[in-house]
Amino acid sequence: MEQFLQQLINGLSLGSTYALIALGYTMVYGIIKLINFAHCDIYMIGAYVGFYCLTLLNLGFVPSLLIAMAICTALGVAIEKIAYKPLRNSPRIAVLITAIGVSLFLEYGMVALVGAGVQSYPEMTGFIATKINLGDITISMMQVVIVGVSVLLMILLQFIVKKTKMGKAMRAVSLDADAARLMGINVDATISFTFMLGSAFAGAAGVMVGMLYKSIRPLMGYLPGIKAFVASVFGGIGSIPGAMIGGYFIGLVEVMVSGYVNSLYKDAVVFAILILILIIKPTGLMGRAEREKV
Amino acid sequence: MKRIIVTIFAILMVVSLFTACGGQKSADTIKIGINMELSGPVATYGEDNVKGIDLAIKQINDAGGINGKKVEVIKYDNKSDAAEATTLATKLMTSDTVLAIMGPATSGAFKAEIPVATQTKVPVISGSATADDVTVDASGVKEYAFRICFNDSYQGTAMANFALKNLSKTKAVILMDSSNDYSKGLAESFTVAFTEGGGTIVSQEAYVAGDTDFNAVLTKMKDMDFDVLFVPGYYEEAGLIIKQARVLGITVPVLGADGFDSPKLAELAGADAANDIYFSNHYSSLDESPVVQDFIKAFKTEYGVEPNAFNALGYDLAKFTCDGIGRASQLTGEAVKDALEATKDFEGVTGTFSVGEDHNAIKALVVMEVQGGKQVSSVRAGV
Repeated sequence: MEQFLQQLINGLSLGSTYALIALGYTMVYGIIKLINFAHCDIYMIGAYVGFYCLTLLNLGFVPSLLIAMAICTALGVAIEKIAYKPLRNSPRIAVLITAIGVSLFLEYGMVALVGAGVQSYPEMTGFIATKINLGDITISMMQVVIVGVSVLLMILLQFIVKKTKMGKAMRAVSLDADAARLMGINVDATISFTFMLGSAFAGAAGVMVGMLYKSIRPLMGYLPGIKAFVASVFGGIGSIPGAMIGGYFIGLVEVMVSGYVNSLYKDAVVFAILILILIIKPTGLMGRAEREKV
Repeated sequence: MKRIIVTIFAILMVVSLFTACGGQKSADTIKIGINMELSGPVATYGEDNVKGIDLAIKQINDAGGINGKKVEVIKYDNKSDAAEATTLATKLMTSDTVLAIMGPATSGAFKAEIPVATQTKVPVISGSATADDVTVDASGVKEYAFRICFNDSYQGTAMANFALKNLSKTKAVILMDSSNDYSKGLAESFTVAFTEGGGTIVSQEAYVAGDTDFNAVLTKMKDMDFDVLFVPGYYEEAGLIIKQARVLGITVPVLGADGFDSPKLAELAGADAANDIYFSNHYSSLDESPVVQDFIKAFKTEYGVEPNAFNALGYDLAKFTCDGIGRASQLTGEAVKDALEATKDFEGVTGTFSVGEDHNAIKALVVMEVQGGKQVSSVRAGV
């Protein structure tokens, strides 16, 4: 039983990071039908920004997190403006290839800047470094923080999308961009805003993962990126609650498979799930089936 | 406007072509190729090797070169890709006409290069390709392939013996990188030697390179009865494994191989957690012999950091190659190969070694001990 609870906690903290990244994928897909492969590299940049804030500028956790989110926001908007906007009316495949190009550019640009090796986050001190021991169960404070911050950010996102004017615009654009434009919605600004939100979340995930696991490297976004992508497909790509559920689900599956079956198979199981979803229910858990427009 | 820009670019490109070709025409230099992983997932090993090589070549050239001829290195990046390594090997051998190639640093890419070497009769030497079947396989010794390091099964066996004899441990859990031949090879040889020596392997678990969360598998281990953990993998993951294991309360000694060798291991694990770690290595910076200490000093002056084993291997690789070229009867690939084959008691930073019949270096390894985040002692160990 203790082991199960411990694994549950492990799964929740891992799932939180997937969920935060998956949100960015799903929002961008929802609004411009693009799988933004560069998204997982924004997560990596966030981790590096956090790293330099903590080491060079000696800032604390909260300011580092906010700065990383701000810089990632700017980066996300810049990528959208430079790489994707000129291709707004091009075939989707062209944008997709561009996204892969941007992803490689960020990864190897970073390798050129800081080298290919790992950097390690500084040792945490004070409150954030404490551990909670409940009998045989160990919870590190960073795990609590990562789950807490993720949930807070997701509630905030849900609020923005459902209750604000910008959120309404986002939903309108994702439904039908042309009709939204006719209604007087500034479609370009809405798309930029979506990129801002997604990138800020990825940046936050980057810093928190850096603090939790301590190791960051230029290619760190690749695997979590793919898993977050699976998570968003599982939840129904384009659906925000779906991405959250998908993220936690994938995190838990991974942990339970390595805890109770065999750690060799955990990635295989995750990708088997992706294949199964694509075969059985391509729209995912909460995605809506789109009618083919004629 | 556009036309002007295009013209400028065209001129620039032509000019750069000329400058690139400028120095290579003289026949008074000895050309050696470098085919290394300078970008891509395993770029650190290539980069580290090259640092050692650059230092060695600089020293050799400052001392007058090989038999009065300066050494000129032609360096290419194989992007950690075996296919790219093959292409570059062909390019180096046929259009750059090098006398020998140093690298790649990793076994997969190095193996891919060997058929080209055999065909064009240019020797290729790796500093750190440790897979067992690199220089010799079922069809025999690969004539033009050499390496200056020991192989994986040697390391796995040595660490198993170390656990049994020096640490008196008999119940091991293995946590290996299932995506990596190096890791799998080590796990295999460790298992064989450990069980033959009377120990038992309690469980074998796996992760994939790039993983950062090992809590799940470590939580599972917590309930097992074992007294030593063997992690045949690289420091990026091993550091995190050690940290997370210690947080969960797993205190058994952790064993590893040369992939552990980096200050980053202790950094990632944290000084509090980096205790009772033992790993096999190519060289020890604690070695007091003048060869080692001179190298460390020269390296520090050149780069401002402590050298690691891959730097040391790169350094030895360049010295070994140049030593072979210096003894060759003439400057052809065949003659250099013969000279390399005849190497006896070459005194390197990573130990004194000779080239064996199967083109492997015959040398001892060291086992390093880490306590409190620092390498505190080293023991020479064999099989």
